Amino acid sequence: MLERQQRIDALTQSMNERILVLDGAMGTMIQRHKLDEQAYRGERFADWSRDVKGNNDLLVLTQPDVIRDIHDAYFSAGADIVETNTFNSTWIAMADYGMEELARELNVAGARLAREAADQRTREEPDKPRYVAGALGPTNRTASISPDVNDPGYRNVSFDDLRAAYREAADGLIEGGADLLLVETVFDTLNAKAALFAIDELFDDLGVRLPVMISGTITDLSGRNLSGQTAEAFWNSVRHAQPLTIGLNCALGAEELRPYVAELSRVAETYICAYPNAGLPNEFGEYDEQPETTAAHIREWAESGLLNIVGGCCGTTPDHIAGMAEAVTGLKPRPIPEVPRRLRLSGLEPFELAS
Amino acid sequence: MTGTGIFINVGERTNVAGSAKFRRLITEGDFETALDIAREQVENGAQIVDVNMDEGLLDSEAAMERFLKLCATEPDITKVPMMIDSSKWSVIEAGLKCVQGKAVVNSISLKEGEEAFVTLAKQVRRYGAAVVVMAFDEQGQADTADRKYEICERSYRILVDKVGFPPEDIIFDPNIFAVATGIEEHNDYAVAFFEATRRIKENLPHCHVSGGVSNVSFSFRGNNPLREAMHSVFLYHAIAAGMDMGIVNAGQIVIYEDIPEDLRERVEDVILNRRDDATERLLDIAESFKGTAKARQQDMSWREHDVTARLTHALVNGISEFIEGDTEEARQKAGRPIEVIEGPLMDGMNVVGDLFGSGKMFLPQVVKSARVMKQAVAYLLPFMEAEKEGKPRQSNGKIVMATVKGDVHDIGKNIVGVVLQCNNYDVVDMGVMVPTAKILEKAREEGASMIGLSGLITPSLDEMCYVAAEMQRQNFTIPLLIGGATTSKVHTAVKIANNYEGPLVYVPDASRAVGVAGSLLSPADGATYAARVRDEYATVREKHARGREDGSRLAIDKARANKAAISWSGYQPPTPAKPGLTVFEDYDLAELVTRIDWRPFFQAWELAGNYPDILDDPVVGETARNLFNDAQAMLQRIVGEKWLTARGVIGLWPANRIGDDDIEIFTDDSRSDVQAVVHTLRQQMDRKGKDRSNYALADFVAPKETGVEDYVGGFAVTAGIGVDEIAKDFEKNHDDYNSILLKVLADRLAEAFAERMHERVRTEFWGYTNGEKLTNEDLIAEKYVGIRPAPGYPACPDHTEKRGLFDLLKAEENAGITLTESFAMMPAASVSGYYFSHPDSRYFGVGRIGRDQVADYAQRKGMDVNEMERWLAPNLAYDPGVGDG
Repeated sequence: MLERQQRIDALTQSMNERILVLDGAMGTMIQRHKLDEQAYRGERFADWSRDVKGNNDLLVLTQPDVIRDIHDAYFSAGADIVETNTFNSTWIAMADYGMEELARELNVAGARLAREAADQRTREEPDKPRYVAGALGPTNRTASISPDVNDPGYRNVSFDDLRAAYREAADGLIEGGADLLLVETVFDTLNAKAALFAIDELFDDLGVRLPVMISGTITDLSGRNLSGQTAEAFWNSVRHAQPLTIGLNCALGAEELRPYVAELSRVAETYICAYPNAGLPNEFGEYDEQPETTAAHIREWAESGLLNIVGGCCGTTPDHIAGMAEAVTGLKPRPIPEVPRRLRLSGLEPFELAS
Repeated sequence: MTGTGIFINVGERTNVAGSAKFRRLITEGDFETALDIAREQVENGAQIVDVNMDEGLLDSEAAMERFLKLCATEPDITKVPMMIDSSKWSVIEAGLKCVQGKAVVNSISLKEGEEAFVTLAKQVRRYGAAVVVMAFDEQGQADTADRKYEICERSYRILVDKVGFPPEDIIFDPNIFAVATGIEEHNDYAVAFFEATRRIKENLPHCHVSGGVSNVSFSFRGNNPLREAMHSVFLYHAIAAGMDMGIVNAGQIVIYEDIPEDLRERVEDVILNRRDDATERLLDIAESFKGTAKARQQDMSWREHDVTARLTHALVNGISEFIEGDTEEARQKAGRPIEVIEGPLMDGMNVVGDLFGSGKMFLPQVVKSARVMKQAVAYLLPFMEAEKEGKPRQSNGKIVMATVKGDVHDIGKNIVGVVLQCNNYDVVDMGVMVPTAKILEKAREEGASMIGLSGLITPSLDEMCYVAAEMQRQNFTIPLLIGGATTSKVHTAVKIANNYEGPLVYVPDASRAVGVAGSLLSPADGATYAARVRDEYATVREKHARGREDGSRLAIDKARANKAAISWSGYQPPTPAKPGLTVFEDYDLAELVTRIDWRPFFQAWELAGNYPDILDDPVVGETARNLFNDAQAMLQRIVGEKWLTARGVIGLWPANRIGDDDIEIFTDDSRSDVQAVVHTLRQQMDRKGKDRSNYALADFVAPKETGVEDYVGGFAVTAGIGVDEIAKDFEKNHDDYNSILLKVLADRLAEAFAERMHERVRTEFWGYTNGEKLTNEDLIAEKYVGIRPAPGYPACPDHTEKRGLFDLLKAEENAGITLTESFAMMPAASVSGYYFSHPDSRYFGVGRIGRDQVADYAQRKGMDVNEMERWLAPNLAYDPGVGDG
């Protein structure tokens, strides 16, 4: 088996050669199992004081086979990288279930499951090594937005809380065997900045550096994230972390997301990773965009030179991923553009000093 | 020349050291007004906002955090990057934790040595900020060109080579010091800055140069015109040398060429240190320039247009400030006052109407436009009266509008009235609770071309049928418009249309009112339009009739057999911590403001979208923000000046279910005397084997025979005491906008009051969920245990039950809320309902019910079946006039 650094080297090497494929939705696949409250609880949490159905991250402890099988289904569909099932595994998000104490354990276990699935598959197909991206979700709180209309200065989470929560989660992911860290579904850039701060500190303390992927979320057709930034302003805010990839995921389907991916592709001197939803939800909140439709969009993106890594978010399935993998096969990855050195700042809008 | 001529203004007014006004506001804790200063700077062209809270008496860390968090919620400010300015790292770090954008740290330096400098630089990098580096080292602040450059070069090498700091993110501040101080060594300070800047830009690739420009003129404090001239001259030369950023008052930069030549020359002598007597020569003329600074102004260029264009501008933008003067000017030009209305004012309103019709203006703006229009017309009225022979102006038609008898809700009606007025209709608004006879009498008297009816509660539907029938009987032929939250196209088609042969149209919202009115009154097409609507309603009726046939009902005994499956054995209902009545005479409004659900607020103004996203909506965002700001301002006054009083009463009583569908309320815990009976209605839809119950509210209360001692609660709250007086004052000043805004806010406060009371009942008065921690969003999403259904709403649609509830609560006496004959609550901004605590209790809709249940229900309540059917009309699964089949 390759060691982590060898895997990272192999991954960065292949980024120059082809478009890599990330996995699709985890939640959509979990829903197919129709797990009930009891299944979520498993033996260990049989007497837990609160309902835990819907706590998908808990399944890495109570239904590990289900999660490993989903990872494997995505590898079968052609994914190079799977995301750990740890989107909500920070003590901040776990507070909903009274499971703050479990945060670190969930990250370790989530990374191990994905690691097992990836290693198994790599053993079977040594020519195509598979990778694990440790997912760090946005949490359910926002550091830039007040939940109290009467006090716009109020926040229900602080930078330091987020920093501590992300540090614990990232530490667990690294211990569990993640190859990459993915700060994703960023709807509030300040949350992401806290995550990046924590990750950088952690890397220094551990003496290791994993490539970091950052993926923002444009919440609607206004082209901004929830905290109000445009895609370019978002990039200016997180560029200091020198991520392996910058990109966007969730909220929109490929069709709607394209202009914002194109914007990042133009301004960012790093790789681009995008994983849209399977279209926009219908009136029942379901995603019904067919795999071939998504794949057609993705093929056009790749042909236009926008992509280095592509995958799917809400509503996408192994069929969608298989469609995307086929669509980008043989197409050239986006070359990293030369961007002139300039002072670039941001508020909600990007700022550039043109001298 | 090194400079590219590109220069970035960094706003300096949000600096406690540099702005006395800002310092005062911050030390007094008035952050709201302090925000205005930031906003104004950005409006004036600041591309970055510098924030400094270094003041001995302040908790600078806390002030920095608070101010930046507030800025973060103001898109007009936070669109630009922030510069976090402090001499203390702890203050800078507090600020860095609050900004999502890439900010600039101002500043770090070698003052404390290389090690400290490297540590801070790494932290800055980690926080993702750019950095200002002062020309300051262990020896002190650099004042000569050589020292300035040497320190900057050393700093640059450490940052770039040792820390890996991106050179493009480094901004040097080589210190701008005051000149013309009378001390000879100071005379060369500006020149030294220019020289150092030139060398930095030539030798240190990609970095930038900035500085605090106003320092240079410090000797001339109190003489702003002179200082501005000095800043301008200084910048002219500094930019040429390569300075590309500066902390300046963006609103006060005079153009270099605009400085009077004599002054410019003397200033230049000082800045460039060209003559020994430069300072004296500048002082000689300094006094004569005092006080000539131009006050900053908003864009007032529209004031230069002709009066017609100005009136249009004022109407479209809702600006009242100049309307009387402009109207007077137009009146003097016109032959007769009426011509002002028919000419420029109506033309302006037509522009408003077109913009509204094409979706380019939104309701709140239109209502503001109407306010301006009304003020103009009010100004002209005395002139028109004086001019005896004045003939009535030509309007598009006259509509008599009213909220029907028994109903008190008028927000929607008022909005429709305003919109119609904007479109040149005469509106006769009869107010609320208007009996049919009065409406028809007024319509005749005024020669109305239309009647508009509004109502919010379900009994009003019945009253509207009656108005329609009376119009038929009295041989009216004019159109009847139906609107209001409880009305619908189906109801209009099925129930009202049969009563009246004249044109009759349902108007779903204010934006449709103009189109409907115009079509109905069109001489050419009116009849065709009315006939088309009538055909459409006939189709609706047929579909509706078929729908009824399909919707089979369960017999009531079968429905009862499928009641909510709640096991009472072993269930211990929570005992209220404070049983009986609790009265709130004057509830704290400020507490309620935080609980407002804003989504319905925007809906009332026909702005669709979720709060707070709507504030940034690309289409309606600006309108929504303005409306929201107006609402916030009014809330301040509602609370601060005690415009409104919130009163309420809650009750928690021993209770048990009797039979299947009724709840007995006992006088005390002995449960021997029944104080009242709450009658509930049960769903009768056929579940067709699906795993769903046929609910009634009584299901959530333990049956008497189980011996389980259960409880129910009730409440009636209002935030509407005082609304009418203040709304009338607004209306007197032709200010429908604020009148409607007040009523909408009172409604929201009443709902917030109900939500807050429910929360306190759960955690405190009944006290069955002690550990509950829910955000306002959670409350709105109803993520709590227990329910608070309201009579007249889907779970208990019978409005007449309100009487019993009000008697239990003594609501008239305890909360100042009365009921009309249709069981509408007065004041309108009131909410009442029951409390159920059982964890399985849930909201549901009773839906349509069968003849069997209605007969049984009427008997239980001791009411006549026909009368019961009238109250329950919207819920009947059958036509009460004909046999069930």
